Amino acid sequence: MGDIMEKRDYKKIVDRHKPTENRLFNAIIAFAVGGLVGLIGQLLIEFYSSWLSIPTQDATSFMIVTLVFVSCLFTALGFFDKWVTFAKCGLIIPITGFAHSMMSSGMEYRNEGPIFGVGANLFKLAGSVILYGIVAAWFFGMIRFVFLGGV
Amino acid sequence: MIYLYSFLFAGFVSLVGQIILDNTKLTAGHITSIFVVIGAALDSFSFYDKIIAHVGGGALVPITSFGHSLIHGALAKAEEMGFIGLLTGMFELTASGITAAILFTFILLLIFKPQN
Repeated sequence: MGDIMEKRDYKKIVDRHKPTENRLFNAIIAFAVGGLVGLIGQLLIEFYSSWLSIPTQDATSFMIVTLVFVSCLFTALGFFDKWVTFAKCGLIIPITGFAHSMMSSGMEYRNEGPIFGVGANLFKLAGSVILYGIVAAWFFGMIRFVFLGGV
Repeated sequence: MIYLYSFLFAGFVSLVGQIILDNTKLTAGHITSIFVVIGAALDSFSFYDKIIAHVGGGALVPITSFGHSLIHGALAKAEEMGFIGLLTGMFELTASGITAAILFTFILLLIFKPQN
């Protein structure tokens, strides 16, 4: 009897502590991984601007393309999904998440053919980012253009 | 010092996303969409430009910079061409990222077969 009670008490304690601990752990991991991706972004910008001697603006495009390529490749090779499950928002919020969502939905629907599989589902997750990004950018741009007279 | 700021800012944005994801019913799709809108809103008064000037790459990596790039390109063209510039300039700065993502996805889908 005592044994069962102990188990029940133990389970209670576990239930009480588990969610908060997981949330804290998730938050720390997301902060660390997201920060690391940001740091890599800055390092890539400096690397490209000194190596190719191009302005920072152009080096930014190179950096974005590099990160997109790496996350597409790693998703295709199969281990990026595990990283995303582990780091969650640490990899979803950076541009890596955008590329990963496209690549993974492409992989998922590849067997259903090139048109109704890949073509129709490629932007399944990334589409909402583009849609709301454009609507918001147009709306705020319009407000600023009308009321503040352009830039 | 810019490396530390890059780390802290990108980490902070991811942390906020993770806290929203864990404590509400919103999914990752909701959060990325909200963050894009926030990025566009912040740049409508050039606030995000100031963040980028201080933080560097750390502010260009999170999805908020996607919204910033959209409105930034649109406003730059609007200054030149008027209202129609808001439409023609929209993808000016983000085109590289989106085109690269589409191309790499397509090419890699031809090469790799999905597991399981």
